[in-house]
Amino acid sequence: MAQIFHPSMKVISKASIVALVIIIGALSLAGVLSYRSSYYTSASEPREQVVPFSHEHHVSGLGIDCRYCHTSVEKSSFAGIPPTSTCMTCHSQVWTGSPLLAPVRESYRTNTPLRWNRVNDLPGFVFFNHSIHISKGMGCQTCHGQVDQMPLVWRQESLYMSWCLDCHREPEKNIRPRSEVFNMKYKAPQNQEELGLKLVKEYSVKTKQLSDCSICHR
Amino acid sequence: MSKDRTHPLDIASLRAKLGATSGQHYWRSLEELAGTKEFDEMLHREFPRQASEWPSSLDRRSFLKLMAASLALAGLSSCGVQPEDKIVPYVLTPEGVVPGLPLMYATAFVMGGYAVGTLVRSHEGRPTKIEGNPAHPASMGATDIFMQAAILTLYDPDRSQVVTHRGLVTPWEKFVDEIRPALDAQLALKGSGLRILTETITSPTFASQCRALQQRFPEARWHQYDAVGSDAVREGARLAFGSYLETHYRIDAADVIFSLDSDFLCYGPASLRYSREFASRRKPGSGEKHMNRLYVVESNATNTGASADHRLPMKPSQIEQAARLLAREIGLEGVQVGSMTLSDGQQRWIVSAAKDLQAHRGACVVIPGEYQAASVHAIVHAVNQALGNAGRTVIHTDPVEARPENQLASLSALVSDMNAGKVDLLLMVGGNPVYDAPADQDFTKAMNNVPLRVHLGLYDDETASQSHWHIPQAHPLETWSDARAFDGTVTIMQPLIAPLFNGVSPHELLSVFLGETGVSSHDIVKNFWRSQQGDRGFESFWQDALNGGIVPATAAAVRNAIVSGSPASWAPAAAQTEGLEIAFRPDPTIWDGRFANNGWLQELPKPLTKLTWDNAAIMAPATAQRLGLATADLVSLTYKGRTQNFPVFILPGQPDGCVTVSFGYGRTRTGKVGSGTGFDAYRLRTSDALWSGGGLSVQKTGERYPLSVTQEHHAMEGRAPVRHATLADFLKHPEFASELVEAPAREETLYPEYKYEGYAWGMSIDLNACTGCNACVVACQAENNIPIVGKEQVANSREMHWLKIDQYFSGDLDNPRVDSQPRMCVHCENAPCEVVCPVAATVHDSEGLNVMVYNRCVGTRYCSNNCPYKVRRFNFLEYSDNQALTFAMQKNPDVSVRSRGVMEKCTYCVQRISAARIEAKKEDRPIRDGEVVTACQSACPAQAIVFGDINDMKTKVRQSKSDPRTYGLLAELNTRPRTTYLAKVTNPNPEIEEESHSS
Repeated sequence: MAQIFHPSMKVISKASIVALVIIIGALSLAGVLSYRSSYYTSASEPREQVVPFSHEHHVSGLGIDCRYCHTSVEKSSFAGIPPTSTCMTCHSQVWTGSPLLAPVRESYRTNTPLRWNRVNDLPGFVFFNHSIHISKGMGCQTCHGQVDQMPLVWRQESLYMSWCLDCHREPEKNIRPRSEVFNMKYKAPQNQEELGLKLVKEYSVKTKQLSDCSICHR
Repeated sequence: MSKDRTHPLDIASLRAKLGATSGQHYWRSLEELAGTKEFDEMLHREFPRQASEWPSSLDRRSFLKLMAASLALAGLSSCGVQPEDKIVPYVLTPEGVVPGLPLMYATAFVMGGYAVGTLVRSHEGRPTKIEGNPAHPASMGATDIFMQAAILTLYDPDRSQVVTHRGLVTPWEKFVDEIRPALDAQLALKGSGLRILTETITSPTFASQCRALQQRFPEARWHQYDAVGSDAVREGARLAFGSYLETHYRIDAADVIFSLDSDFLCYGPASLRYSREFASRRKPGSGEKHMNRLYVVESNATNTGASADHRLPMKPSQIEQAARLLAREIGLEGVQVGSMTLSDGQQRWIVSAAKDLQAHRGACVVIPGEYQAASVHAIVHAVNQALGNAGRTVIHTDPVEARPENQLASLSALVSDMNAGKVDLLLMVGGNPVYDAPADQDFTKAMNNVPLRVHLGLYDDETASQSHWHIPQAHPLETWSDARAFDGTVTIMQPLIAPLFNGVSPHELLSVFLGETGVSSHDIVKNFWRSQQGDRGFESFWQDALNGGIVPATAAAVRNAIVSGSPASWAPAAAQTEGLEIAFRPDPTIWDGRFANNGWLQELPKPLTKLTWDNAAIMAPATAQRLGLATADLVSLTYKGRTQNFPVFILPGQPDGCVTVSFGYGRTRTGKVGSGTGFDAYRLRTSDALWSGGGLSVQKTGERYPLSVTQEHHAMEGRAPVRHATLADFLKHPEFASELVEAPAREETLYPEYKYEGYAWGMSIDLNACTGCNACVVACQAENNIPIVGKEQVANSREMHWLKIDQYFSGDLDNPRVDSQPRMCVHCENAPCEVVCPVAATVHDSEGLNVMVYNRCVGTRYCSNNCPYKVRRFNFLEYSDNQALTFAMQKNPDVSVRSRGVMEKCTYCVQRISAARIEAKKEDRPIRDGEVVTACQSACPAQAIVFGDINDMKTKVRQSKSDPRTYGLLAELNTRPRTTYLAKVTNPNPEIEEESHSS
């Protein structure tokens, strides 16, 4: 009987199966990679703010400690964004006429808070506690990057659960002495692993417990 | 409850069935006992038929299309970019506030005028949870259901939010302007046309304002009226002592307690304290103080009766006879007993109880019910004195109320003044007299004679609709005030939040009437106390009072009162009548109707009936059998010419011949939650029979009214959940509870043994202490953002309470023993739920908690299927209220709010464990015993729940678990529950051979 398919279908059908496999693979890879890209994680993308607050100027330039503004980082789960009155401690006397600081003065005058765009944000089902991380020797820099060199703040790390777990499973890779937590210029020493294991023991970090779901999810 | 049954249960055969069984046999409802087809079917399907049926008609093809589409879309919903959020700091951080750390403020909760001290937790200026104040004599750290639920009323969007004048929104300033001419007119008349109606007042500040008002308007009158009033208590004290004296009891000093229809363990200004004291004498271990014994005579089934060692149900008219018989047996002179309608068995019972009381002179107490006649109270005062209890278990003090009076007489005087046209201006501060005044007073008609009526209330309720001016009341959590506890201790109440809805406090309203302008309630209260204390050291006094929650040395003076009246002169109450009697009681969860719009209280299963969202006419099985009635039949009750419909509820333990109805339901003007619930019992309630009366007739209407009862939900099918023994048996076999059922040895498992180093959290619940008051249930709901689901969903077994109080009846149908058992996730070490979750959303953590990870859950419900305790709750629908902004404010920010499709269950308050562990780690120390207190543990007045680290040998929970009464629920399944129970041990009188009470 007559052939339904043209002889060229021999090649086309085999090629299309291979192509399909490649395309599916490529799409999945694209999906996975895009999910880790800064489009989704918003890492390394500086955020526009109401007031272009420069950590670089205030921290590197003026030498202000993190805790001057982020006051509750050692006490509470929330590190704290400074109230307008903190800005006004200096800016009632310095740069009092600057147009860039007009929203700050306006906020203080009208008693309306400043609405900052959140850079480091976790989903609502994650209950993160800053104070315990500070207490156990996690530097600000480890998670937030070189904030002292950011003219505008961006999210340095993806803050994905897999990234958190990398440290929670091996805290010795990132732990630093308590005195160095707020030191933005600290560099991990050559023997970080060895030092890390010593600090983990000294600060009673229970590594096994850190992988419990109930540590962060409740 | 089965909705399909069209014929009543055969009570006679149930009785025969019970008579034929031997040994312990527990049943939770009459349907279970009868083994009806509907019940068996309900048992086998964890969620009843209606719950899993497809609601609408949808053919298979469309269903598959929908499913395919939603499957395709489902994956995409969570793969988006995280939405950008704002972060908003303060402009000037309030002093002491650290964002993320809650603060606690001391204030008080007031009910019936009496205060119970509270500590309210506040997150960033929003109150989120109410706890008891350990330093307060009425609270001792505990709370009851009303205190816990008060926070929801604060945030209720149905509260009135604006001042209305004849229904139109008007600014407050306009009210102040327009009331002035009326007040000036009254000034000219010396106030003869001014009347103020309030509820019971103990507040010293309010009383001083009323006195000032009396000076400004000498002929004005101040009336007090509470629907749940204590007129008989006051009158009884006057009969006995010649003046109003307050009475309270020292339950911990009593070896024998006799309650005459008093639900003293669960309701009343001192109930939390009594519960604690009662539980402290309820420990049967040898070496402890002698275990107490409780006799209860009651006319309806209450939790106090359920906790009794001996309980005697009788009709309301017979309680006075019982009191008189008891008095005669004690040896009181001149007590007339009158014609005896008590049976021989009942009389013997009372005689034995009297002998027991006499054997413990000076260490016993007789407690009269609040709703008994004045003569009963007077007789009981005399009995207590004859037994030498005065000053030991019975304490008399000066009155705590600002102005004690006969409130019914006061209300009647007001009504007659209004009817006579003598009242020009009526000010109602709180209360809802149009709804809850006795029906024969016809308050509405009387009120309409008054040309100007002003009402201050939390809701735009029935009374507000009849008033010219309605002013929204500031909730007690929003404003300043003060109040006194049952023993007189004053608490200065401070606000936790600025008024959400422009509320006005009663003090501010009175100050307008006093001619003052713009004075805040803070200034009024502070100035009053300054006038009391003087200026020296006032600021530190004020700060200490606010910090600690009590004003020291304000307890009412104790009086050595001697009974001066003669018992012969105390005539018995109205003549007993034959036939059916009716008993009116405040609703166990809605009280007098004020909580009708509180969803938590509406959905809270009521004690013993486990009824939600409705009230019912509660009757005994024998009564129902005679009348041919079944539960949920709608009947029409006619009493003194007034008629009201009620659904029937058959409750074993209700006395035969008495129908109990609770008021508080059937409201016509309440918010969205309370509308259309229940039936109004106030329509039947008249001034001459406020609490009970005879001559009730019941007619069938032929209709049925569906009732949502949680009694049979999440059943555990016939295993031995509650274990009980008498004291004598316990002393012979201390370990009877664990010996009852054989549990496998620890080695009998396929799983490798896991060593819990560090903390191992466990809990122990003492069934001897638990009264079934439900405080823990509401506390858990408040702490963990548990939603309410509504009447229809409750009927489908979908109520979301993580913690339930199960009730088990055993014994005789007419007077069964009732055991209450709180049941929540027991955190099995070998949890059956963990192994079946396909997505590992429920896992075990290293401290022994069975953890629920909401973000992983996909809603398979296999875990709930596998759980033998049936303690897991599934969000079948979007139950959490995400619409009302104010409800979002109440939510605990440390606990996720669950959405549709997610399973949830008790977490041992993991947020509290986490917070305590973090604090301990920061301070480099271990968690101390008592630092982690779960919400249920903290609320329980009897301290029945103990929680802590079982790896630490010195913790209270470890000691509790070493008690010989310990047993694990369903331990034979080798689940190794971390929550264990202490079996119930009762202390019956060996001399009482009760035919109708198995032991």
